[in-house]
Amino acid sequence: MDFNYTQEQQMLQDSVEKFLDKNYSFETRREIIAARKGISAPAWEAFAELGLLGLPIPPEYGGFGGNAVDTMVVMEAFGRHLVVEPYLPTVVLGASAITLGGTEAQRRILLPSVVDGSMKLAFAHWEPGSRYSLSEVGTTARQEGGFWVINGRKSVVLHGAIADLLIVSARTSGQPGDAHGISLFFVNPTEPGVAGRDYPTYDGMRAVDAEFTDVHVNAESLIGVLDQAYPLIELVVDRGVAALCAEAVGCMEALNAATLEYLKTRQQFGGPIGRFQALQHRMVDMLIQYEQAKSMACLAAVRVDSADAGERRRAVSAAKELIGRAGRYVGQQAIQLHGGMGMTDELNVGHYFKRLTAIDATLGDGDHHLSRFAAAEMTAESVPMQPKSRWKQLV
Amino acid sequence: MDLNYTPEEQAFRAEVGAFIHSNLPPDIARKVLEHRRLSKEDYVRWQKILFERGWIAPGWPPEYGGTGWNAVQKHLFDEACAEAGAPPVIAFGVNMVGPVIIAFGSTWQKEHYLPRILSSEDWWCQGYSEPGAGSDLASLKTRAERRGEHYIVNGQKTWNTLGQYADMIFCLVRTSNTGKRQEGISFLLIDMRSPGVTVRPIITLEGEHEVNEVWFENVEVPADNLVGEVGRGWTYAKFLLSHERSGIAGVSRCKRELRFLKRIAAQEQKDGCPLLGDPRFRDKVSRLEIDLMALEITDLRVASAEREGRAPGPEASILKIKGTEIQQTLTELMMEAVGPYALPFLPESWSGEWLGERVGPEYAGPLAARYFNHRKVTIYGGSNEIQRNIIAQHILGL
Repeated sequence: MDFNYTQEQQMLQDSVEKFLDKNYSFETRREIIAARKGISAPAWEAFAELGLLGLPIPPEYGGFGGNAVDTMVVMEAFGRHLVVEPYLPTVVLGASAITLGGTEAQRRILLPSVVDGSMKLAFAHWEPGSRYSLSEVGTTARQEGGFWVINGRKSVVLHGAIADLLIVSARTSGQPGDAHGISLFFVNPTEPGVAGRDYPTYDGMRAVDAEFTDVHVNAESLIGVLDQAYPLIELVVDRGVAALCAEAVGCMEALNAATLEYLKTRQQFGGPIGRFQALQHRMVDMLIQYEQAKSMACLAAVRVDSADAGERRRAVSAAKELIGRAGRYVGQQAIQLHGGMGMTDELNVGHYFKRLTAIDATLGDGDHHLSRFAAAEMTAESVPMQPKSRWKQLV
Repeated sequence: MDLNYTPEEQAFRAEVGAFIHSNLPPDIARKVLEHRRLSKEDYVRWQKILFERGWIAPGWPPEYGGTGWNAVQKHLFDEACAEAGAPPVIAFGVNMVGPVIIAFGSTWQKEHYLPRILSSEDWWCQGYSEPGAGSDLASLKTRAERRGEHYIVNGQKTWNTLGQYADMIFCLVRTSNTGKRQEGISFLLIDMRSPGVTVRPIITLEGEHEVNEVWFENVEVPADNLVGEVGRGWTYAKFLLSHERSGIAGVSRCKRELRFLKRIAAQEQKDGCPLLGDPRFRDKVSRLEIDLMALEITDLRVASAEREGRAPGPEASILKIKGTEIQQTLTELMMEAVGPYALPFLPESWSGEWLGERVGPEYAGPLAARYFNHRKVTIYGGSNEIQRNIIAQHILGL
């Protein structure tokens, strides 16, 4: 039982914090968001130099072989500084899919370019109408000659427009809703037949809704085993969830610090507003929510790579559900305690709140993960379901 | 970061688990697991078993009879006890007055009282609250006047838990009315059999006799029973509160009660299916379970910080607030789980020995009473509002 970061992790934390403090101020971030691409090339280069882009990638492909706790260290710092760079889609989701599912050749070719910063990835899985389901894949891939021909649509693909390579899920057999019959492919966004709309999201990031019309990709573009990508997608998404939980904890920490500072400095009725018990108790509840969230982010990071898939699902979904609630509470109350100032675009408080709101709606919201948690528990306890259960047995 | 127990910790858990398994009397465990009423004899019987093994006071320094366990080991011990259905050790002696005597008591007090606490020879109770001094404890009025080698005590204490069984009471008493009111308070040990002590039951909303009023009328207390210095009682009381917070969150018992909740919700039927499979009920159980998972990690984070030498401070207030909220929700969902069979009110059937007729499932009987009784947990030990004040002041600096 040990809750401390290792010495290496502390050094990692220090170096990320130092870089962001110096080079990723709230004003700089504003400029990055306002520019067309919505990301910062210098920041990405610096991430490569700091070793962040190769953090979870195995050493044989140029990375550092880090674990989910290392990712947690980085994502917490990103949360504190509201970093909008495509780290989650590239390093957490994309690189995980390649590391866990790719062939040796795919890993050798692609992973070193992720590590050095020359390749960005996007994870195109969800579709209009699939909500957060992992198995509602309607996009199809059929074999034609030596090619796979992909048709379908993907929704809210995070940082899809700046990706050098898309990782696209498609149905190679069965029906939407079946866990079996899903496969993963690399798709070069410059291929004929790839189109879509690139738009900003309310939290300062960008996403695309993509359309694939008779897009031809070669046989080597298949990632992992044909028809059997579901467990891979599930694990990749779980790693993403664990990372998002850490980012949310960083956001909450920063929001709590800002709010506490405001309570101590804002003068009303002849003194700081922090002397009022109604506000003090609210602030205490924000602290409690943060501590509980931090505990769950630790649990998710430690369990996400557990060999026991049931244990992994249980921990990751519990964490996402609790952090959804905690983030909402902390975000809403931070605005409330800042009064009118909390409503302004000028102050960073609203931006943390928006990021926390977006995190809840990314990779499965609280309700989705509550259902998944319950399903994992019920399976473990073999409790019969209601006849019209909305839970689906996952693999 | 590693959330697994080390091999040594696992071995420790196996050792304490095995001892409890073979030494906890099954009749007592059954009462605890089924929420039956425990007698004084039940508590004392189990405490004596722990005393014989040397495990009655894990929080005490080893030279006074403690175990020398670290915070994680204490957590594992709590967990093993809770899981098996061991009754809680009554806190007033071992966890409350004991550490105060160790830290501030005279040699005579240590030699006389500590062994009797360990062996359960004396049952202690607490005399803090008064009718006019609840959350504002420093406004207490019970007077102790020095007359030669004695103090003469007059006043009234209330919310005195299980005082009907007690041999001794530790009291905060007023020895001075001048200066800062906290500085006029002293810490006095009083024999409950002294002439002038009267214990009157207070029946709580679920119909049970758990708390009392204690009246003192010209009670003579030997001056040797004053702990530490006159006028320092407030400091000792604060020490007592900040000491030994292991288990304050009640995580281990909550985990046991959650298992019970799931077991009965799997047996109760709704529309021909187990209630536990009903999404509406299941969501409530799942959210509670997730909160408890988080609290367990938070508890362990505090415990491991303590093990590394960082003193447990106001973080304990976080554990108290969250732990008591979860305890209350558990009792609420249990009562809800049995539906209309929570209504029959047959207190005589709550004893472990009852052989008469029951109404509804056996497990349903005491659940409503438990729900009503558990409203106390967010009030006692410093209400959750007082805990929030402590956090605001000492962690947040407000």
